[in-house]
Amino acid sequence: MDPDTLIQILDSAVRLGTPLLLACLAGLFSERAGIFDIGLEGKMLMAAFFSGAVAAVTGSVWPGLLAGVCSSMVLSAIHGAASITFRGNQLISGVAINFLASGLTVLIGQNWFRLGGRTPPLTGDGRFSPITLPFAEALREVPVIGPIYHGLISGHSFLVYVAFAAVPASWWLLYRTRFGLRLRAVGETPAAVDTAGISVVRMRYAAVMICGVLTGLAGAYLATALSAGFVKEMTAGRGYIALAALIFAKWRPVPALGATMLFGLLEAIANRYQNIDLGGVVLPVQFMQALPYILTVVILAGFIGKATPPRAGGEAYVKER
Amino acid sequence: MTRMPGWADVALIPLLNLLIAFAMSGLVILAIGENPWAALKIMVSGALGSSYGWGFTLYYATSFIFTGLAVAVASHAGLFNIGGEGQATLGGLGVAMVALALPWPHWSLALLAASLGAAAFGAAWAAVPAWLQAKRGSHIVITTIMFNFIAASLLNYLLVNVMRPVGSMDPASARFPEGAALPTLNGMAAGIGIVWGRNTPANISFFLALLCCLAVWVMIWRTRLGYQIRAFGKSGPAALYAGISPVRITMYAMLISGGLAGLMAVNNVMGEAERLVLNAVEGAGFIGIAVALMGRNHPFGVLLAALLFGFLYQGGGELALWTAIPREMITVIQALVILFTGALDNMVRAPVERMFARRAGR
Repeated sequence: MDPDTLIQILDSAVRLGTPLLLACLAGLFSERAGIFDIGLEGKMLMAAFFSGAVAAVTGSVWPGLLAGVCSSMVLSAIHGAASITFRGNQLISGVAINFLASGLTVLIGQNWFRLGGRTPPLTGDGRFSPITLPFAEALREVPVIGPIYHGLISGHSFLVYVAFAAVPASWWLLYRTRFGLRLRAVGETPAAVDTAGISVVRMRYAAVMICGVLTGLAGAYLATALSAGFVKEMTAGRGYIALAALIFAKWRPVPALGATMLFGLLEAIANRYQNIDLGGVVLPVQFMQALPYILTVVILAGFIGKATPPRAGGEAYVKER
Repeated sequence: MTRMPGWADVALIPLLNLLIAFAMSGLVILAIGENPWAALKIMVSGALGSSYGWGFTLYYATSFIFTGLAVAVASHAGLFNIGGEGQATLGGLGVAMVALALPWPHWSLALLAASLGAAAFGAAWAAVPAWLQAKRGSHIVITTIMFNFIAASLLNYLLVNVMRPVGSMDPASARFPEGAALPTLNGMAAGIGIVWGRNTPANISFFLALLCCLAVWVMIWRTRLGYQIRAFGKSGPAALYAGISPVRITMYAMLISGGLAGLMAVNNVMGEAERLVLNAVEGAGFIGIAVALMGRNHPFGVLLAALLFGFLYQGGGELALWTAIPREMITVIQALVILFTGALDNMVRAPVERMFARRAGR
């Protein structure tokens, strides 16, 4: 494989890994606070639709981004109400949110645009365009550094840089602030946090809303940066892959970057090569597509390290009984 | 707190939940500029107004009974089997392998063998997550989700690379032999001189589904295993103290659950398509979750809920045909049903409980 191809595949891995990274960090905040979220998929899909639709109508990507994030936060609020206020089953709420998004996006899309659930294609300012970092053109011809800087690091859209910046930001927020300590504590032993006079309910709502913002960015990225417009079911299981990456990363932000980029790379390789010939053994493309899920099961099984979820995950907090 | 009467828990609350879900669905229809009342009339007449409509309603309901029972059995053991989709996909593979293996002389033999194949493959696909849950503590919800995707990839591979007949471009298996064609309800009615449901896919597996309802009821409430499953589902530590092995119960409950999900393939793959195609399950595995929730994990409740969802599916198809409301409206209704009967159950339950408590206190 020549270096140019390698750079192209890695570049594509970054593009495909970005929505996974945003969604994975979203799930991280929610699950670290003790709220399981299998509705990442639905929230991304809803955000993708509203960002695509609003960007198409206004002709500008920024209102689209705002609409996407807001729609995702509305679903987060529903999930919060169901799992925090009404102490319902968090998994069932997540399933409901996924279906709600899957149905509503097509229903509203067909009603507004009559394109069979698609939004009109986005052009010009309706999309996030690639940002060329300073000196990228000047350094292009420098060996090794040039292609990496120009081909891999520069030339991504705004949201890719946001996603990468969100990794240290999440780490700092979770491990170096009082808010983060409380958030993690609420996911491990909520009773202790409650005893300290901090509202478990408020902390959990905060976490769920942060999750909504991040899935909103992930969905907006899909519709306005990775593609030019929304198409039916465009998340295509990415919410679940993000969930898998979250387990892979053992609920930590920096490993989340590694896990999502690995899964992005797998997708990039599967897109580029149909079947991979490893000297006699041919790996079918379907195997590459299933690999993130298989790896997650292996990790969950505890054969490679042990993935321990937050202890109070999935349980509603009951103050007095 | 005073407990509310049993009938309120079994009937009143599910009905209120359902009513809210339908009212919200009506609002959604209103919001896209259609008339909810007219929509309901089209759905009722399209799904229940003719034997043709019933033929489809019962066909869909058959699939949902299987997947609903699958979720219900796992639920009794305190396990959330979200992998019905994957297990039904593998069930389809089992059906196809059995049906294509022999030139079946009679449908009854084929049905028996295919049912075993479907249940075995579905159970096998549930066995790995079950074992990982029981032995390694891997969360069964996540592993069954992962197994749904792995099943889809596996089937895609097998259909494209292995089972596709030579010269065919379609990623699908060969057509099943004549002898493996199941009797349709239409054909059975014609046999006794009644014209019913011409050109509809409802078939004999509807009766298999009813049989499964009965069998699950007997298993859960009339056998030692069912008692152990329920005890384990109520409290793992208490069950362990009573000498019930958690590994054994997790495995049994999930094998039965996976087998039931797999049996769905007898209806859709053998009874309708008569060959294995990509994405044959079409979300029925997930609908099982809504069906089990609404049916309160009781086989009779599952039957009623499956009929309701069968009605919604067929009625929704008619809506898409006659109005500007797309088929996805069913997905929205389904989401609202899951949301209100499942996740937001306490929103309705708490005020109703208070009401009964007030009346008791007076």
